Amino acid sequence: MIFALIGNQNSGKTTLFNQLTGANQHVGNFPGVTVEKKEGTLRKHSDVNVIDLPGIYSLSPYTAEEVVTRDLLINDRPDGIINIVDATNIERNLYLTLQLLELDIPMILALNMMDEVRASGGTIDIEKLQTELQIPVVPITASKNEGVDELVERAIQSVCEGPAEQRVDFCKGPVHKAIHSTAHLIEFQARRLRIPVRFAATKLVEGDRPIIDALKLPENDQHIVEHIAKEMEQELATDREAAMADMRYEFIEKLVADCVVKPLESKERRRSNRLDSILTHKYLALPIFLGLMLAMFWLTFNFIGAWLSDGLTILLDGLTAGVDQWLGAAGVSPWMHSLLIDGVFAGVGSVLSFLPTIVVLFFFLSLMEDSGYMARVAFVMDKLLRKIGLSGRSFVPMLIGFGCSVPAIMATRTLSSRRDQKMTIILTPFISCSAKLPIYAVFTAAFFTDHRPLVLFSLYALGILVAILSGLLLSHTLFRGNPVPFVMELPVYRLPAAKSVLLHMWEKAKDFLVKAFTVIFIATLVIWVLSNLDIRFNLVTDQSTSMLASVGKGLAPLFAPLGFGSWQASTALVTGLTAKEAVVSTMAVLFGSGEEGLAVTLSQYFSPLTAYAFLSFTLLYMPCVAAFAATRREMGSLWAALLVMLYQTATAWVVAFLIYHGGGWLLGVNGFSNPIDWILLLLVVGAAAAALAYLGRRRSSSPCGSCAQRGTCDLDKH
Amino acid sequence: MTTLDQLKVGSTATILAVGGEGALRRRLLDMGLTPRTKVLLRKVAPMGDPIELYLRGYSLTIRKEDAAKIEITEG
Repeated sequence: MIFALIGNQNSGKTTLFNQLTGANQHVGNFPGVTVEKKEGTLRKHSDVNVIDLPGIYSLSPYTAEEVVTRDLLINDRPDGIINIVDATNIERNLYLTLQLLELDIPMILALNMMDEVRASGGTIDIEKLQTELQIPVVPITASKNEGVDELVERAIQSVCEGPAEQRVDFCKGPVHKAIHSTAHLIEFQARRLRIPVRFAATKLVEGDRPIIDALKLPENDQHIVEHIAKEMEQELATDREAAMADMRYEFIEKLVADCVVKPLESKERRRSNRLDSILTHKYLALPIFLGLMLAMFWLTFNFIGAWLSDGLTILLDGLTAGVDQWLGAAGVSPWMHSLLIDGVFAGVGSVLSFLPTIVVLFFFLSLMEDSGYMARVAFVMDKLLRKIGLSGRSFVPMLIGFGCSVPAIMATRTLSSRRDQKMTIILTPFISCSAKLPIYAVFTAAFFTDHRPLVLFSLYALGILVAILSGLLLSHTLFRGNPVPFVMELPVYRLPAAKSVLLHMWEKAKDFLVKAFTVIFIATLVIWVLSNLDIRFNLVTDQSTSMLASVGKGLAPLFAPLGFGSWQASTALVTGLTAKEAVVSTMAVLFGSGEEGLAVTLSQYFSPLTAYAFLSFTLLYMPCVAAFAATRREMGSLWAALLVMLYQTATAWVVAFLIYHGGGWLLGVNGFSNPIDWILLLLVVGAAAAALAYLGRRRSSSPCGSCAQRGTCDLDKH
Repeated sequence: MTTLDQLKVGSTATILAVGGEGALRRRLLDMGLTPRTKVLLRKVAPMGDPIELYLRGYSLTIRKEDAAKIEITEG
């Protein structure tokens, strides 16, 4: 038995899904589109599955989330729908319910956040609501797991009984006439194609393009439908879309007046308003936001995260020492010993010690998201982001970019336009992700001991600055046109559910561990082999004769104009593509110093200036393979993803070049002597421009990719 | 003709008609900005745009340029 869990954003859908399934869930993708699909098995009912559909407000054909939901409901026909409704915001939530009712799928209404309704002195007449809507209604409080068991029982029961014979008819007057005459006309065709008749009729009257196409009505019938809709428009003196929305809300207003007694303003709403009077205050909003960000980063990187990381490092060091000793005592051959200790333990270990920081960062990010503060960030930041051609919503993925580019790129899915999504994908990797932190940590320890926080802050600021400049460049060249509609709910502030936050952290930790033991594990093995064997597969004694050294030496001249032409540095940058943390572990292996001695060894190869140039290059150049994979998926093509990477790497090169030469000029060290540097600069700038030009050309030849509504959707006409 | 962007903070208006087209208009209607709905202008964002509305028991934020497409009558 399969249930679809559907509801508005902020209705507590994820909380309910977590209560229903616990940790028995897996995350995937809807085929063909980039919308996340979560599936899970019910606890106590191993034969019942739940699909968590994206949070939507309507079944209109405009956003990818809405289209995916419609397609799943119509084509895959789940056995039942669990429609979650925020009882404190029942009017707008029921708007989606009315559209779902037309699908002829057994449905149950989960009336969430009933504790808040009761606490603020409101009541909802459940019996009456059930009679009026003719579906079972179960009051629940998902965050406290109240009513969830009853919800499951009643949901399974309602599927076994099948849909109620007589469904409520919520239209009247001219709309009623239009829908019913259309329903009669298309009944046969709709049944033949297994599309719910009432849903199809409503959508036809509404002028819904995908349904008109899917029904394949004969031309004559299409004219009749058009005539019916025109007549309705004339009678009501309005257009069809407004007429339908009005019809639904009119029904809901009456229903709510009959069934709901609500206090004028709930306790949570009043508390929310009080919080907003500070958090979105005219002058306080920005300082508070920046303060919170600083506090979050301080706690993550200097306090909790660092403390946990240190603990884990001690643990791992102990383990390494133990294994080292054991291998020695067992008489394992030297090369195997080296592979395990210098390769696997050193590489994976240095990456693992970073796990706590990531978990702590995601803890704070999910607190911000679940409490409702993220929406305020978008509200406060919208005007600023609009200057670089994006909307306030893009701020959220960019913020996640501080944690990790992979989920940040994935989070761009919630953006309602492809244009905004693509732009955000290109810009987000410039935001310094937390995987780059071990690199900063090692270098600042070696070169900037007195000014560590300042240097760290300047790197984060540099990333943001480059993102802004790139945004301006992109919105004036490749992505000209207006940002999309910014119509967003500001949810009531709520205390995040511990379970959701913990599950979210666990998900991220799992992701990271999997990455550590697959991609990074293999990468460390490959790097050990490449750096310990020469071209004829002999073990090398001097690593400068290894295979990896040849690759690094080949690339080194490209980095010479940036001040770090050593083959070890360029090799580390190459291995950094597997995962940014690998830059440090590679350097530790290549400089033969180990993690502890790395800071000392680095000063032989870098000056503070070239170290800073190196850091800014690692900050900006193409992100790791995992982020590349995410980009490929979200951009929809390998070629586009490659062009994005080329653009990012070229930008990194130019910025590092400017820092090295500009800094050198300011400090009066290296001059502008080498003409080859300038020729290379021109070539790289040319490469960046060419990458953008190609991206632009590809875009104009197929603006919406494989989107189902190509040509009909006006989001992509910009 | 008065439009929603001209409303003062703290005052209420009734929607007469929603202009615009396509995705934006549909979204405004879906979110409950239908004719005869009462709307309170609760706040203007720190940088002067967007605005925060209160209608049907919840808060919604839209931009001023989009609010300019919504006809209202004050009160």
